[in-house]
Amino acid sequence: MGEKILMKGNEAIGEAAIRAGCKYYFGYPITPQSELTAYMAKKLLKMENAAFVQAESEIAAINMVYGAASTGVRTMTSSSSPGISLKQEGISYIAGAKIPCVVVNMQRGGPGLGSIQPAQGDYFQAIKGGGHGDYHLIVLAPDSVQELVDLTMDAFDLADKYRNPAMILGDGLLGQMMEAVEFKEHPKINLPDKSGWALTGCKGREHRYIVSFDLDPDVLEKWNIKIFEKYKKLKEKEVRYEAINVENADLIIVAYGIVARIAKTVIQNAKKEGLNVGLIRPITLFPFPEEIISKTAETVKKFLTVEMSMGQMVEDVRLAVNGKAKVNFYGRVGGVIPSPVEILEEAKKYI
Amino acid sequence: MNKVFGYPESLTEVPFTYCPGCHHGIAHRLVAEVLDEFGVRENTIGVCPVGCSVFAYLFFNVDMISAAHGRAPATATGIKRVRPDSVVFAYQGDGDLASIGTAEIVHAANRGENITVIFINNAIYGMTGGQMAPTTLVGQVTQTSPYGRDPKTMGYPLRMAEMLSTLKGATYISRVALNKPANIIRAKKSIKKAFQVQLDKKGFSLVEVLSTCPTNWGLSPIEASKWLEENMIPYFPLGEFRTPEEVA
Repeated sequence: MGEKILMKGNEAIGEAAIRAGCKYYFGYPITPQSELTAYMAKKLLKMENAAFVQAESEIAAINMVYGAASTGVRTMTSSSSPGISLKQEGISYIAGAKIPCVVVNMQRGGPGLGSIQPAQGDYFQAIKGGGHGDYHLIVLAPDSVQELVDLTMDAFDLADKYRNPAMILGDGLLGQMMEAVEFKEHPKINLPDKSGWALTGCKGREHRYIVSFDLDPDVLEKWNIKIFEKYKKLKEKEVRYEAINVENADLIIVAYGIVARIAKTVIQNAKKEGLNVGLIRPITLFPFPEEIISKTAETVKKFLTVEMSMGQMVEDVRLAVNGKAKVNFYGRVGGVIPSPVEILEEAKKYI
Repeated sequence: MNKVFGYPESLTEVPFTYCPGCHHGIAHRLVAEVLDEFGVRENTIGVCPVGCSVFAYLFFNVDMISAAHGRAPATATGIKRVRPDSVVFAYQGDGDLASIGTAEIVHAANRGENITVIFINNAIYGMTGGQMAPTTLVGQVTQTSPYGRDPKTMGYPLRMAEMLSTLKGATYISRVALNKPANIIRAKKSIKKAFQVQLDKKGFSLVEVLSTCPTNWGLSPIEASKWLEENMIPYFPLGEFRTPEEVA
């Protein structure tokens, strides 16, 4: 066991990124993630062969990431909902150009300027594409400060492995809360060599270029298909979830991130009342853990998806359940965090 | 037989896709000649824009990346911050740099990013078929200013070189033209100076290059060069607006 340190979620992400070898950060302040930008400034501005730039906009920040990542280094940007919307153009280019990087979204209430309180309203944007064209992000959804650390490190590995941008989809609550965390050794195993595509100047080789562009429809179609072969592989190999008490449950709650954390309390409280409630918590939102949900729906016939949204992930739960069970939904929005008591009350309606 | 003229090493032999009489080809060649003369081809990373020169990554025989519309200075910043010893240049048109990318160019200049920007100003959107650019002259007819650019509702043409030269972070800012041999020779000297500033790690450099767009101006190549001389240069005067000597 290593040393445990008390850290705020946003700062823990920064420390995890640096320990994962990310020494280039480009960002723009926005609540509730600004501590991450400040942490990177504090650390990287004092480091050799590193860079921190407070960009003029979210748009510029993601395009700086695009440039830095194209040289083969690990790089990151972070923001919260409205800022992530601005980054979508750049994210689409990076996904199209097959370049790895990490984007952190500590979600807040929306739409529009919304609020600065936690929310999960960016699920569609994160999981279904967000920017223009056919692509996906690798999306990881932590539910504790420890997982912010672990999944940030994993996000860099997954991005490199699949040459695709990866997103940490957290929320303002995770970013602001303090918990004891441990920074475990994170060896880089079986990671691909970037020398075959990174821009380093063409000394001793042919010049090369990084683009997300081709006017020949056949070539661009093949490029798209190639990108989607990665997603197929991701679905086969990288699905992660936590399943608690799913056998013989009266009802399964499906929730991610901080809501799943709350749902764990719901399960304990339900037990005290003699109710058997289970939880499926997707850790990877893309690839989505369809199989476990589908398999569980064969025996458990009642599902309750809980989100801090008006109902976004619930669509993917319904696709996975595919009519085999009834999928209900409970959501709070605008920065309201559902309490264990109200979730249990909601669950009881269906048991 | 002795070869007396050929491609600079920093250009590939891929034929340009530019229209007859367009100055992009000359601008490409001048940049390539300068890279050759400094011997930095193998240590250069170029950023190409969205617009007619979107295919510049096929033409420059250096490592290249294609940026989103207007974002080349941000992408170039990312590259340069990782590789401070590489030569990094962005090549942008007027819609790219002076309209959708004004924030990126102003802040890259203001940060004094040690990059070189080649800014092609032909007073029109070429790739999309001749719409009004931020640098379109007052009264100039385009697809989206069919009755001529009316400054009352469409504003005035932006003088980017002058604007950027007010920024403390900018080290070298000039405007050149490619409409006649004497101007081409001056343009090359200026481009060379801009790259020299970067090689000396003195900060941000930009060369605004007045260029023709015969196709969208509806003129022959020769008429276009004349139009540039008579209409563009009076509004967009040539010269150096900021030099390292002034900064030092």
